[in-house]
Amino acid sequence: MSVLVFIEAADGVVKKSSLEAVSYGFKLAGASVTAIAMGSISSDELAKVGAAGAAKVLHIADSRLDNGVIQAYASALTQAVDKTGADTLVLATSSLGNAVAARVAVSMQAALVSNVVDLPETGSGFKVKRSIYTGKAFAMTEVTTAKKILAIKKNAVEIKEDGAAASVEALVVNLTDADFAAKITSVDKAEGDVLLPEADIVVSGGRGLKGPENWGMIEDLAKSLGAATGCSKPVSDMDWRPHHEHVGQTGVKVSPSLYIAVGISGAIQHLAGVNSSKYIVVVNKDPEAPFFKAADYGIAGDAFEVLPKLTEAIKAAK
Amino acid sequence: MKILVCITHVPDTTSKIAFTDNNTKFDKNGVQFIIGPYDDYALARAVELKEASGGTLTVLNVGTAETEPTIRKALAIGADDAIRVNAEPTDSFFVAQQIAAIAKENNYDLILMGRESIDFNGGMVHGMVGELLGIPSFSPVMKLDIEGNTAKMAREIEGGKEYLEVSLPFVAGCQEPIAEWKIPNMRGIMSARTKPLNVVEPSGTTENTKVSEFQLPPAKGAVKMFTVDQVADLVKALKNEAKVI
Repeated sequence: MSVLVFIEAADGVVKKSSLEAVSYGFKLAGASVTAIAMGSISSDELAKVGAAGAAKVLHIADSRLDNGVIQAYASALTQAVDKTGADTLVLATSSLGNAVAARVAVSMQAALVSNVVDLPETGSGFKVKRSIYTGKAFAMTEVTTAKKILAIKKNAVEIKEDGAAASVEALVVNLTDADFAAKITSVDKAEGDVLLPEADIVVSGGRGLKGPENWGMIEDLAKSLGAATGCSKPVSDMDWRPHHEHVGQTGVKVSPSLYIAVGISGAIQHLAGVNSSKYIVVVNKDPEAPFFKAADYGIAGDAFEVLPKLTEAIKAAK
Repeated sequence: MKILVCITHVPDTTSKIAFTDNNTKFDKNGVQFIIGPYDDYALARAVELKEASGGTLTVLNVGTAETEPTIRKALAIGADDAIRVNAEPTDSFFVAQQIAAIAKENNYDLILMGRESIDFNGGMVHGMVGELLGIPSFSPVMKLDIEGNTAKMAREIEGGKEYLEVSLPFVAGCQEPIAEWKIPNMRGIMSARTKPLNVVEPSGTTENTKVSEFQLPPAKGAVKMFTVDQVADLVKALKNEAKVI
């Protein structure tokens, strides 16, 4: 199997989920794999991908690719697959990754499986497990094509950390004006925060917080844990918090090691966004809140009383 | 402007997920089916765009006859006519081929759908359709305005959004808050009964994937409760038992 891993960077740093994809590729290929990156990223940063299992990183250092122009990325990636002769493309399931992979699947005539949570079974045919029904079930999916694209669900793979530095090679591809038909006019992005879909720990607040002015308590707890912050749908609908923090059925689906929900009752639509979390802690003043049934740990108490105590206790435990 | 909105027919978000026939089929018993929530946003925005600038709005579903009540609901919300491709939508590429075949015949200016279906969550049909037709594709799109031949949109990225401009035609996978869901009124429901719903047979049969077995996640254990004064014990459990902090 010849594996190519597509890696994404944010603010010049390779995303954690892309390192997971590299480690998945390493396990799949049974040896070092080749990764591919686009846009302005330093060679030093790319070499670090070696630790996760890549021997080589191909770099398309075209500054027009600093923003994720979907068609241009798809075109560049298709050409990279052709040039390397890879039969399997691995990437992280993401906002950009999925949009790009879908186009590449058509151009390289490959089957695409998204939300992959485990290594494939290759005993008879090629079967891979993916998450479906928004985390409520799994499907063992048989892939019938020779070429394959696997989009790996976040936090489904342990990152390998002991590989040697990767060699970085420039790759030149031919991109046309048509590839850049869409113009990205501006990008509006929170800087420096832990990205919610990538986060290992998430602290989310709901209506129980009573207003956006009380979000400092959520942020303090998140800070003490190095966590990202999220919110429930009503909170985002009321504009207390931006939509990209909305966790749930129609928002971001997270799969962290630890999900802490404060003042969220646990409507089924919210649970759909968090049911892939390894551990769930629920803080709610209503002991009958449905969220407790989906939780591993719970505190029936007022958010305003519990949050400061929890933040202090975590700081003390570190 | 000619708009095509592709909709899925999926279990209501509150449905209990279970499987039958040795875990090879979804258990439809007692399950209510709806227009995919993301598709519903796409449809709502399409109705608004049509109301603002005229044109036609067609809905398309790849599904068996049992999806027709869902299609009629889309007609009641404001689509002019509908096409049903008579096939079980089991594979994303298969579905994308069906949509692309219909689109090639009809030259739509705009093809909208949800960012993903809520049953299989693939999130790939819009991109595949774009590539099959050789036009741009975007997802997840949370804002879409059209002036003349140019669209301005916002696409959600991790940690924020990016603003884009592109010429028609293109494909977009939509999500909130692109528009508010529309509830059909009585006049819409009445008129939907007589709006054309054309059934066509699938073209091409390429399926790249096949589900061999469904699985449910293991049942969750009981919740361990702590009082407000036992916060330190909770932190201990997170540290020593769950080992997540």
